[in-house]
Amino acid sequence: MKNQPVHQGRLKTPFYSRLSQLDTVNEWHEWKGYSSANALYCEDMEYFAIRNATAVFDLTPMTKYRIAGPDALDYLNRLVTRDMAKIRPGRVAYAVWCDDQGQVIDDGTIFHLREGEYRLCSQERHFAWLQAAAIGFDVTLTHETEDVAALAVQGPTSFSVLNTMGIEGLEELKPFGLTHCEFEGSDLMVSRTGFTADLGYELWIDPDKAEALWDALFEAGKLFGIRAIGTDALELARIEAGFLAAHMEFLPADETVRTGRSRSPLELGLDWLVDFKKPNFNGRRALAEEKRNGSTWRLVKLDIEGNKPAHHSYIFGKEKGNKGEIGFITSAAWSPVCKQNIALGTVRTPYGKPGSSVWVEIYYQREMHWNRKMAQATVVDKPFWFPPRRGATPPGPY
Amino acid sequence: MTERYDAIVVGAGHNGLVCSALLGKAGKNVLVLEANEQVGGAAVTREFADGYSVSACAHLLYQLQPEVRKELELAPTLSCEDMATIALAENGKHVRLAGVSVDGVSDEDAASYRRFRKRMTGFANLLRKYLVKAPPRLGTRDMKDLITLGQLGFDIRRLGKNEMREFLRLIGMNIHDELNERFANPLMKGAISLDAVLGSHLGPRSPNTVMTYLYRLAGNAGRVGMPEGGMGSVCNELAHAARVAGATIRTHMPVKRIIVENGRVTGVETVEGERFDSYTVISSADPKRTVMELVGARHVETGFARRIHHLRSQGNAAKLHLALDGLPMIEGLPKKDFAERLVIAPDEHYVERAFNPAKYGESSPNPVVEMTFPSFRDESFAPTGKHVLSAVVQYAPYALKGGWNDEARDTFYKAVIRTIAKYAPDIEQRITASELLTPADIEREFHITGGHWHHGELTLDQFLFVRPVSGAAQYRMPLDGLYLCGAGTHPGGGVSGAAGRNAARAILRREKAA
Amino acid sequence: MKTYDAIVVGAGHNGLTNAAFLAKAGLDVVCVEKNDYIGGAAVSRNLYKDWWYSNCSYVCSLLRPEIYRALELHKHGLQVTPYGGSVTFMQNGDYFGSYHDEEVAYREMARFSRHDADAYKTYSADTMRQCRFIRDFLLSTAPDPTSFKPRDIKELIRIGGKFLAMGEDRMYDTIRFWTMSVAEYLDEYFETDVIKAAFSGSGIIGTALGIHSPGTAYVLLHHYMGDVDGNVGSWGFARGGMGAVSNSIASAFQAAGGELRTEAGVGQITVKNGKVTGVALQNGDEISAPVVVSAMDVKRTFLTCMDKNDLPASFHNRVENFKIRGSSGKVNIALDGLPTFPALPEGSSLHHSDMHFIDSMERMERAYDDWKDGTWSKDPYIDMVIPTLSDPTMAPPGKHFMSCFVQYCPYQIDGRAWTSEEKDAFGNAVIDQISNYSPDFRDLILHAEIRTPQDIEAEIGITEGNIFHGELTMDQLLFNRPLPGYAQYRGPVGGLYMCGSSTHPGGGVMAAPGANAAREILADLKRPNTVPENFGDD
Repeated sequence: MKNQPVHQGRLKTPFYSRLSQLDTVNEWHEWKGYSSANALYCEDMEYFAIRNATAVFDLTPMTKYRIAGPDALDYLNRLVTRDMAKIRPGRVAYAVWCDDQGQVIDDGTIFHLREGEYRLCSQERHFAWLQAAAIGFDVTLTHETEDVAALAVQGPTSFSVLNTMGIEGLEELKPFGLTHCEFEGSDLMVSRTGFTADLGYELWIDPDKAEALWDALFEAGKLFGIRAIGTDALELARIEAGFLAAHMEFLPADETVRTGRSRSPLELGLDWLVDFKKPNFNGRRALAEEKRNGSTWRLVKLDIEGNKPAHHSYIFGKEKGNKGEIGFITSAAWSPVCKQNIALGTVRTPYGKPGSSVWVEIYYQREMHWNRKMAQATVVDKPFWFPPRRGATPPGPY
Repeated sequence: MTERYDAIVVGAGHNGLVCSALLGKAGKNVLVLEANEQVGGAAVTREFADGYSVSACAHLLYQLQPEVRKELELAPTLSCEDMATIALAENGKHVRLAGVSVDGVSDEDAASYRRFRKRMTGFANLLRKYLVKAPPRLGTRDMKDLITLGQLGFDIRRLGKNEMREFLRLIGMNIHDELNERFANPLMKGAISLDAVLGSHLGPRSPNTVMTYLYRLAGNAGRVGMPEGGMGSVCNELAHAARVAGATIRTHMPVKRIIVENGRVTGVETVEGERFDSYTVISSADPKRTVMELVGARHVETGFARRIHHLRSQGNAAKLHLALDGLPMIEGLPKKDFAERLVIAPDEHYVERAFNPAKYGESSPNPVVEMTFPSFRDESFAPTGKHVLSAVVQYAPYALKGGWNDEARDTFYKAVIRTIAKYAPDIEQRITASELLTPADIEREFHITGGHWHHGELTLDQFLFVRPVSGAAQYRMPLDGLYLCGAGTHPGGGVSGAAGRNAARAILRREKAA
Repeated sequence: MKTYDAIVVGAGHNGLTNAAFLAKAGLDVVCVEKNDYIGGAAVSRNLYKDWWYSNCSYVCSLLRPEIYRALELHKHGLQVTPYGGSVTFMQNGDYFGSYHDEEVAYREMARFSRHDADAYKTYSADTMRQCRFIRDFLLSTAPDPTSFKPRDIKELIRIGGKFLAMGEDRMYDTIRFWTMSVAEYLDEYFETDVIKAAFSGSGIIGTALGIHSPGTAYVLLHHYMGDVDGNVGSWGFARGGMGAVSNSIASAFQAAGGELRTEAGVGQITVKNGKVTGVALQNGDEISAPVVVSAMDVKRTFLTCMDKNDLPASFHNRVENFKIRGSSGKVNIALDGLPTFPALPEGSSLHHSDMHFIDSMERMERAYDDWKDGTWSKDPYIDMVIPTLSDPTMAPPGKHFMSCFVQYCPYQIDGRAWTSEEKDAFGNAVIDQISNYSPDFRDLILHAEIRTPQDIEAEIGITEGNIFHGELTMDQLLFNRPLPGYAQYRGPVGGLYMCGSSTHPGGGVMAAPGANAAREILADLKRPNTVPENFGDD
C-alpha cells in the first residue's frame, strides 16, 4: 500500500464551505494549520455585527482536549491556578496554567461536561505538558481538536437567534454555563462564553453536523442581522473586552527563549484566578514568592488621549526627560463603540497603578509621511466594554 | 494518637543512619523507619546459603568519609584497609596495582602509572572537598553558596596553570583515551577502565569516565577496604551511633507514603497503617521512589516531576555470590592474593564490548567481573575451609529486553561462570550454592528504583549542581519539609555517608536560619 | 627571495578567509596550497564527465554571515540557496518526513505521536536558547580561564554575565545540555523512536561518538547554529557546489592583493631562534615571512610540517594526543536520472529532501559499535542530498549528482590500511542501504567516488579525514581547543599561528576560525582590525 502523505498546505474547517460562499475579499490566514478568514466582506460591518446584532465566528481551530477519569478534578486543580472544585458540572471556567516558575503557559476555558469529565480549550497546543502533568493521576487525556466543530455566536441578538432556532433552556443559562440539546440526532453543546464581552454563546458539535448547524443558524438569524465574521473584527472586540491573547499579551512560557520574556498570572492582572488557599497547583511556590516580593511587570488597560491607535508603542513615565521606556503596548485599537483610543500594554512595576497616568509614543502615517505624538494615557481597571446585557439572565430581546 | 518527631528518616541505609545520627547529636528527636528486618539498606551482611554469608550488595568500602568517622566516633574494624587490585591474565601473568605502584608491566608503564595516579589523586582530593559539602546554587545571593563557588574557582586556580588546564580538559574526557595516551599494558588499561565504569551505564569510551574514575579515587585516596564482618558491620556501627545519639530505629516498618497536607510534609504512613508525624521527613530512598511513589507526583511541580521521571537510574551491575567448597585454582596467583580484589577486564576494548549489549537491553555475553573472597580474610563468612566468592558483574541492564526471567538469569549466570572459569578453570566444581542478584533483584530487595547503586547515573549532567535534578541539589526538595539524603543526591553512591552527612548539615543550617 | 608579511598554509576556506582578512589590512600575503586546486574540503571537483562533485563538504549553513558580508562574497560569485525538508525511511515501509511548513511538519509528527508534535516547540525553544548562548562566542576568541590578563578576564566576565542572565533554572539546563548525550536530550522531549532517530543524526555527524555518548547534545547544536538569511538551523546549497564558497573567498583575497600559489605543498615551517622564518616547500622553494599561519589541522601542522626540536617537548606530546578521528566517509555519485523512492507519496516534497535511512536509536548506536570495533558500519547512517535538484550547474540537464555522507567509517580497518576490496565493500554497504528504499537507484549509477577517511587525508591533508579537524568533545572545545593554553590561535613559536578548524569554534564550513585568527594576528602586528564583529543577538 502506498503511504498517504499528511495533508500539505492548509486544512479546511467543517464550516469552510459556508464561509467561502460568503467570502468576498479573499483574505485568509493560517490558524493552527487551518485557513481562517481575516474578514469576509468588511471588517467594520463585521465588527458591528458583534456589537449590534449577531456575529458568527468559526473557532474550530481552537485546541481542545478531553480530560476524564477519577482524578480529573485533582488533575486540573494541580494544573491550573484557580480552584476547579468550585466549578460544578455544567459550568465553564476561564483559567490559566503555569510552569514551575509560575510563568503562564497558556490561558483557556475549561468546560465541566459532567462529573469527572472536562474539556480544555486553548489557543496553543499542550499535549506534552498535559501528559507530563498527568504523571501520578488516574486521568485519560484525549486530543479532540478535529473531533469537535465550534462556532462563536456573539452579539445582542444572539439569544434571539438561538431561541428562534429552537434551542431550549437558554433563558436560564447564565454566563459561563453550558447546556446540551439535540441537533439532528447529535449532541449540540451550547455554552454562554465568548471572546467579546457581550451577550454571546459558543456552539460545539460533531463536525458531520457542522454545515447543517450553520444553515439552521443563518436561517434563524435572518431577521436578527446575523453575519459571519473574520478574526479582524473579533480581535477588535477582544481588545475592548480587555481579554488576553497568547503571543500578544503574553508568550507561552514553554516556548519562550529569552529569560524574562514570559509573564506570571499576577503580572497579567489575573490575581483573581490564583487561589493560594486551594491544594497544591503548579507554580504555586513561585507565585507565592512573587506575591511576597512583588512582580516585575504589570498588564495595563490604557485609555489614551486622541484618536491615533498606539500600535507597537513604547510607554513612558513622563512626557519628556525619560531615561527609558517603562513598557510597551501589546494590543491597541480605536474602539468604535466606546469612541475611545484603547490599548493593552505591559509596564514595569511600580508604574501602571489604576488611575495613574503614563505617556505613549505613537507613530502614525498620513500620506506617506510619518508623525510622532506623545499621548497621555490613563490606566483603567475595568474592561472598556462590558454592557449589562452580557450578564442579563434571562437575556433581554435586544 | 500518633507520635510526633522532630524528624523522620525513611530508610536505614548508611546515609539514612548517618543523617539520623547527626540530627540526633544535634538534639533532634529522630525516628528511622526501615522496610527490611536489618538496618543497612544495600550495605548489609546476610546469609545467602547455609553457613555462608556475604556483603549482599555493596561489598567493598572505598570512601567512608573521615568526617563521618570522626563526628560519629566510628571505628569500623577493617580486615583490610588497602586492598591491591589484581588484573587477572589468562596466562597467569597478572598485573598488580597497589597505591601508586603497579607490578607486572613495563618500567615505562609503571613510571607513567605513578605520575598518572599522583595527578589523579591530586584532582580527586580537590573533588573530595566538594563531596562533603552541599553543592552551591547558581545565581543566588546566598553568601554560603557564593563562598563555595568562589572557593571552587580558587581551588581550581590554585592547581597552577598547567594542572588547572589539565583538570578542565580531563573532567569531560573518557578514560579510554586517557589510558591510551599513557599506557601500553592492556591488563592495566582494562583494570582502570573497570574502575571508571563500575556501577554505571558507561563504557570506557563514554565521555565523563575520567570523572567517574576520579569519584572513585576521591573517597579515600583510592584505598579500598573491607570491614570485618562485612558491610553489615559498618551499618550496625552506624545504627549504634544513631541510637546513642537518641534516634529511634524501627525495622520491618516499610513506609507506604509520605503524607502531604496543605502543601507541606506532615509525616509518614507505614504499610501497616501506622502514622508518624513530623514536619521534617528525610528520605534516603532514591529520588524516583521518593517522589513518584512515597510522595506522589501530584504534590510537586510538573516540571520537577518530569525531571525526576527522566532521571537516569537504571543499574547495570549485578551481584554474584558463590559458596565454594574450597578456593579455586587461578594460575599464577599466589595464595595470599586471594585476599585482594581480583578483576577480569583483560583490556579496555573488552570492557567497552561488554558494555555494548547493555545499550540495547541485553546482558554481556562476556562480562567484566570484580571478585573478592571475603572468607579468605574473615572466617566468619564461611564454614572452616570453605569459601565465599563475592563479585560485582557487569553489564546486566535493569531493563533487559524480555525481562529478567529464569532463562535470562541463567544465560547471564552461565556467561559469568564461563568468564571466571577462563581464569579459575575449576570454579564450577567448587560451587555448592550460588546467588545472582540482578538490578531487578536489587530493586526488589533493597527498594532502589532501577537497582542502580548510585540511585542515579553519575554523569556530569547529573552531578553537583544538578544532582539528582536541578532545583533539588541542596537536599531540600521543592516541597516544604521534604529532604533527600540518599545516594541519589550529591555526591552519589558508595558507602561514604557523605550524602547523609551533607543532608543533615543542610537541614540543621536551614533550621538555624529560620 | 621575496619576503612576505605573512604566509598562510592551506587554501581551504579557513586559510583563505584568514588570508583575505590579512590582505585587507594591507599585509602582503601569500596563501600556499599543496593541491593543484584550491578549496581544501570546500571544493567542487570535476571527476566524471560534466559532473561537478561537492566531494567533501556538501551543504552550507554555518558560514558566518558577518564574514560573508565583510568579504562581500556575493560580489565574488557566491550564492547560497536554502533548501529544506528531510526524510527518514523506515524498515516497515513507512517514512518520517520533516517539512518547511511548520504546520505540515506538526501533522507529520502527530501522525506518530501527538505528544511529540506538541513537545517540538518546547524542544525548539530550549535548543534555540543554547544556540543563542553559544553563537555569540563564535566570532570571538575563547578566553583563557587560567590567565589574569584583562582581556581574558573581561571575556570570562562577559560569558559569565550571559550565563547568569539566563536565570538559575536555565543555568542548570545549560550545564546539563553541555554534558549530556543527544539520545538523553531527545528522550526528555520525545517518545517516538523514529523521530528521535531522525533528530539525533546531527548529534554525531563528524564525530567519533555514538548518540549515547555524553557531550553529543552539544554537537547537535554545532550543526544547528548556522543560519541562512536569519533562518536559524536551515541549510543551503552553494550554487556550483561547495567550491563556490572557497572560490569566492579566494577571489576576495586576490582582490585585496593577495597571492595564491597552488601545487605548493609545505615541507616544513622553518624556525630560527624561536621565531618562524617562513616555509620550505616540498618542491625545494623557500618562502620567507615573519608570520606563518597554518590552516592545516594541528597534528599535520606540528607533527608533519615542523621539526620536533623547534617545539616545546610537552607541547609536541599534547599534539600527539589531540583527538582527531576518522569517523565518516563520503560516497559521491553521478546519476543518470533521479532515483525513485516508492515509500514516498507521489508528488511529495520529500522526494527533493535530505534523506536518511536509519529509523531507530538502536540502529544509530549499533552503527557506532561497528566503528569502535575498527570497521565501517554495516548498517550505515547516511546523510544523502541531491544538490542538482536545486542547482542546475552541477550536472547535465536531467542528470544528477548525489552526495552521501556516511557514518561511521574508520580511518583504518583494525589498525591497518584499507584494502581496495574493503573500500568497495564500504561503498556497496552505502549503495545497498539506499537501494533498500530505491529499487532503481543502483541502475542509475554512472560513476561513484568512494572516499574513506584515509582517502580524504591523502588528498586534502586533514589528519584521519576528520571533518572538524578534531573531535568536538568538551576536552577539545572553547579554551581547550585545540590545546589548553593555545586556544588563542597563537602557536608555541613566535610568529606562528593556527587558523584551521582545529581551533575555536571548530569545523563545519563556518570560516570563523580563519577570521578569529586574523583578528589576533592583526592585533599582534598592531594593524587595524578588518575582521567583523559578531552581529550580536537581540
